[in-house]
Amino acid sequence: MMHIKPILAALKRHKAGTILIAMQIALTLAIVCNALFIISQRLERVHRPTGLVENDLMAIQSRFVGVDEAKAGPLIKADLAVLRQLPGVQDAIAINSYPLRGGGWSTGVRTDVDAKDSKGHTTQYFSDEHALPTMGLRLVEGRNFRSDEIIEADPQAVPDPAAIIVSKALADKMYPDGHALGKSVYIGDTKKPTTIIGIVERLGVPWNASWSDAFYENSLIQPVQMTGAATNYLIRAKPGQLADVLKAAPAALVKLNRMRVISSERGVRSFAQVREQAYKGDRGMAILMGVVCLVLLAITAAGIVGLTSFWVGQRRKQIGVRRALGATKHDILSYFLTENLMIGVAGVAIGALLAIGMNMWLVTQFEMARLSITYVLVGVVALLLLGQGAVLAPAMRASRVSPVEATRSV
Amino acid sequence: MFAYYLQLGLRSLRKNPLLTLLMVLAIGCGVAASMTTYSVFRATSNNPIPQKSSQLYAPQIDNWGPDVSKDNKGEPPNAMTYTDVINLMRDKRAKRQTALYPTAMSIVPADASMLPFRETSYGWYADAFGMFDVPFLYGHGWSASEDDSHAAVAVIGKALNEKLFNGRNSVGQNVNLNGRDYRVVGVADKWNPEPVFYDVINTNGFDDPIQVFIPFTRAVELQTPTNGNNNCSHDPGKGWDSWIHSECVWVGFWAELPTKSEADAYHQYLNGYSAEQQRSGRFRWAPNTRLRNVTEWLEYQKVVPQEAKVSLLVSLGFLLICLVNTVGLLLAKFMRRSSEIGVRRALGATRQEIYIQFLIEAAAIGLAGGVLGLLLTGVGVMGVSLVFEPDIAKLATLDVSLVLLTMLVAILATVLAAFYPTWRAAQVQPAWQLKSN
Repeated sequence: MMHIKPILAALKRHKAGTILIAMQIALTLAIVCNALFIISQRLERVHRPTGLVENDLMAIQSRFVGVDEAKAGPLIKADLAVLRQLPGVQDAIAINSYPLRGGGWSTGVRTDVDAKDSKGHTTQYFSDEHALPTMGLRLVEGRNFRSDEIIEADPQAVPDPAAIIVSKALADKMYPDGHALGKSVYIGDTKKPTTIIGIVERLGVPWNASWSDAFYENSLIQPVQMTGAATNYLIRAKPGQLADVLKAAPAALVKLNRMRVISSERGVRSFAQVREQAYKGDRGMAILMGVVCLVLLAITAAGIVGLTSFWVGQRRKQIGVRRALGATKHDILSYFLTENLMIGVAGVAIGALLAIGMNMWLVTQFEMARLSITYVLVGVVALLLLGQGAVLAPAMRASRVSPVEATRSV
Repeated sequence: MFAYYLQLGLRSLRKNPLLTLLMVLAIGCGVAASMTTYSVFRATSNNPIPQKSSQLYAPQIDNWGPDVSKDNKGEPPNAMTYTDVINLMRDKRAKRQTALYPTAMSIVPADASMLPFRETSYGWYADAFGMFDVPFLYGHGWSASEDDSHAAVAVIGKALNEKLFNGRNSVGQNVNLNGRDYRVVGVADKWNPEPVFYDVINTNGFDDPIQVFIPFTRAVELQTPTNGNNNCSHDPGKGWDSWIHSECVWVGFWAELPTKSEADAYHQYLNGYSAEQQRSGRFRWAPNTRLRNVTEWLEYQKVVPQEAKVSLLVSLGFLLICLVNTVGLLLAKFMRRSSEIGVRRALGATRQEIYIQFLIEAAAIGLAGGVLGLLLTGVGVMGVSLVFEPDIAKLATLDVSLVLLTMLVAILATVLAAFYPTWRAAQVQPAWQLKSN
């Protein structure tokens, strides 16, 4: 560290190269920090739980053809009877939507009948008393629906329910004191109260876009079997039998009633596929950013190797003179390492500012979260280490320059 | 002279294979990353109907009032109520106009061994075919009188015609939709504007091409629910009739207004219409309307996915770093040859000749980087489906213009990066170099 003054003097003679390396380190830091941050945010989302027993679940999307839009009730009942009888099937339900499906119903909920604004936003699921056992939801308080509470309804005219089951997140949002069970809420614009009869530990909404993050676990289930011609079946297989059920279930439905459409693309999916498709964009973005980061770091390292090698080549004579005047190999090595560290420190200082500035700009443009300072610190350390690592080989070569070089061709 | 410099350049590149390889890699990676993301960006920011994008307009009418619109920067809802589109259709103030919505039509093949299947289907008005320049293979669209009579007629797409009628002229035949027969009046040729400007709200801009068109009036008469979004500010009440007469928005609307003055007049009309609704007591607020053409509408609806924008930005930054890197490496490379430059200058080469020699050498590196970049872009375009929805990913293609652009960017960027190192090389004092050797 005692060489700082001569190093500065030497760097002054190589302004362009110095600035270029510092600039490259700064830009790399700015991009790598932001890219790593995007990766971590995406990965966090990909692993969000839904509350369902995903390993044993599958979904079928079916639409009856040639029946009146709201008169499919008996057909759905017949479908469910067949599905529940299938060997390998533990339970099955018809439901308007399910977590990660993409489309569904949502509404505001109030606790005060006269309130103008809703107290919380939630998704609405409509299904019967088999919903909890099929989805594998864990009831933490209260009870499940009884079969006599289930009503049939046209999706265009769903009556206000007397009883609902809510997710813990929604219960806490409505009644922060933790005593939501048995209390009333008002769904949408209605004046008619609905009683919370059960609370499940967790149940996600059908959406996974960032706009739904604010109410990601706010869900309620209404004891309604909808009679629309389009419906989703969720089927829970007995452990280890999902692969068989994936084939048997759609075949059984088609055999029962041919006048239906099950789309070839998204008609039959295991829940693993549902999750994979829902988070495809997030995972892909993480991969893309990861590749960009790696290539970027490699290129920056290569750039440092290239320029330092050039400097070493240019200064062979000076190095020879220093060695002849008594400098050890170690002195030469530490000279180049210190030089690189100084450029690196200047680079990361600018880079840290750039990284934060870039993130602030991204926040205003793309609704992103604010960069945590940890990422910047990790990036700073990583780039300084990268710089030292990259300079090592040329610096070693420099330290091997023989003192004899001093006497050559001057 | 050019050939000689190129030869000199290539020789010098061979002398330093590692440094050369590094530069080529840097440029290749940078160009490939930015070109891959650009291909997606280009597809999503495409003008779907360039000949008419400034003549087709999507009006918006605020039927929910400031209580709701204040949460949305004062913007009216994205879609319209049935009540409003019926009134606009009745007034016919534009050259042509149509209401539209996605209907969930299942096709029941006559062949009993085939299972029913779904196709993208829309209900709209007769005017729409002309407004949107839908090309016809056989027959034509239906007429306005068939709109009025809620006729059971349909236009089917080329792909569906292949499937049901083996590509024969099916005009006059029947097709069974949702269990009811419709007479085919036309077969549309391939029509697939991207982004799907006419229904951004329900498709986010990307969807399979429409295969079934039926009259809007017929779809509503049969109480066909929308296959898209339905947004209500208040509970619409029970049943179909209360729903279509509610303030729920679910219908798209387009007006064709060929000139600026016609568009202005139409906007006036929308305000007048809103004022009339206010007088009649339906709206309790002043008129709040918008009239956006296709380009403005796509921009307003943010059709370009966030992923495409962010990754384009990251890739441009990436390209920038690669260029800085190249500047450094070129500098190292050129300065190492100071003595050679000194000799050339001493033998009478002018500064300009030094410039040309080194820029040509840089261009050669750029060319090599471009070729590598092209290969990597090809790989990247194939990998796009990892990041983007399949609807979008399939639009990203490596076509001739992208190939040319890749090469151009690579060479131009390298030559640009070479300016400073070249300038430094040209500054070399011949006397100095000759003396020290």
